[in-house]
Amino acid sequence: MSEKQILAADDIRRAVTRIAHEIAERNEGVANVALVGIRRRGVPLAARIAAVLAEIEQVRVPVGILDITLYRDDLGLRGPAPVVHATAIPFDITGRTVILVDDVLYTGRTVRAALDALTDLGRPSRIQLAVLVDRGHRELPIRADFVGKNVPTARDERITTRLHEVDGGEDGVFIVRQD
Amino acid sequence: MSTGAGVVPAQAYDRRRHVLDLDDFSAEEIGEILETSVSMKEVLGRAIKQVPTLRGKTIVNLFFEDSTRTRISFELAGKALSANVVNFTARGSSVEKGESLIDTVRTLQALGADMLVMRHSESGAPYLVAQHFHGSVINAGDGRHAHPTQALLDLFTVYQRLGRIEGLKVVIVGDILHSRVARSNLWGFTRMGAQVVLCAPQTLIGPESFWKATWPELTISSNLDESLTGADVVMALRLQKERMEGGLLPSLREYSRFFALTAERVALAGPQCLVMHPGPMNEGVEIMPDVATSAQSVIEEQVANGVAVRMALLYRLAGE
Repeated sequence: MSEKQILAADDIRRAVTRIAHEIAERNEGVANVALVGIRRRGVPLAARIAAVLAEIEQVRVPVGILDITLYRDDLGLRGPAPVVHATAIPFDITGRTVILVDDVLYTGRTVRAALDALTDLGRPSRIQLAVLVDRGHRELPIRADFVGKNVPTARDERITTRLHEVDGGEDGVFIVRQD
Repeated sequence: MSTGAGVVPAQAYDRRRHVLDLDDFSAEEIGEILETSVSMKEVLGRAIKQVPTLRGKTIVNLFFEDSTRTRISFELAGKALSANVVNFTARGSSVEKGESLIDTVRTLQALGADMLVMRHSESGAPYLVAQHFHGSVINAGDGRHAHPTQALLDLFTVYQRLGRIEGLKVVIVGDILHSRVARSNLWGFTRMGAQVVLCAPQTLIGPESFWKATWPELTISSNLDESLTGADVVMALRLQKERMEGGLLPSLREYSRFFALTAERVALAGPQCLVMHPGPMNEGVEIMPDVATSAQSVIEEQVANGVAVRMALLYRLAGE
């Protein structure tokens, strides 16, 4: 197994800052914007984007947490059912621009599940997608609005994201190859 | 590890197919179910109380014995997960024409049932069914033997209220002899590290040696006032008049005098003690009406939590 770093802690910080600026620009401010992080690593990323927005726009955007386990399309295909963690979106998403945040965009199935989960909770006026890494190989017609880095990968490779809030240690994104 | 009826080998926990009793659940598995139940409760608090998780699955509620809350609770749980839920009651079915239990199960299987939720007055009946059914079987109460989903919702209620189960003193008082709720709760609470006291008149509990053989750390008492000292949870059981053979009790009044939960008795445990009852209650017999509706009572919460816990179980069984 070999591991190659594709983003270091500083790269991640710059990517998050750039995504925050793009969000503010695309939406002409963030007055009506809310961020929703997809468990697990979308959660700290959403919080980081919110922190940058608070600085550059002087607005505290609401931040929520989405667990998409109950909306997956592969229950029973991947072994034991995983523990379902709580969804915590303590604000009304109806009428808002909701930005879904995740670490890696791959097949698009997680995002499909997240869209279903989100629309069960209300009717956002718009949903956008922000990801730290887009690694390609989509199986559904889904694309990200905000991308930290596009990374060409092979299907048998894995992308591992480490964020200190979840994993401890230093931030980084890695490509893992099975040898 | 062995199951109560000794028919089906205990399932390895990562490949669980049936929920027959809590005897083959580890503390870890119970903990995961409690955590998933928290999320299911969040779903039930939404404007749209439904997620698509079990779409296309068929759950049959197979009830050979009367039930209100358990059957409705399972029905709501299945529907909240978008499963097709079919209710079967023995009355008005081919059971009245003499169809056997196994034939009934084979018929339901041929009709496409993925899970059976089963209540039966014979202890061990769900174990027999589990041997003949290709899907999952959940025991919703079998005779005097087990009622695992009631025990899980009791554990969940205590866990949500007190934040832990380990180290708590839990007093179960009443008709222990006839109670499947008591037995499954014993497995659950002891496995999670609680200290359990069973309290009943001797005629409603049987020989102490029987209990101690399986749960050596258990305390047995026939003095409720004494048992309540330092209790964190007290659970009153329904006096099961329909299962009571003659001569076990001199009178209901005498039973009440020594074993009913009254405000004075609950005060012995202190204001932090949770009051529980699996329902249906005989108010004025094993619990006084003012205790059942007091601030310490979590009886209605138990009922509400039942739906969330059963959702968590249905979800887990579908994941295999």
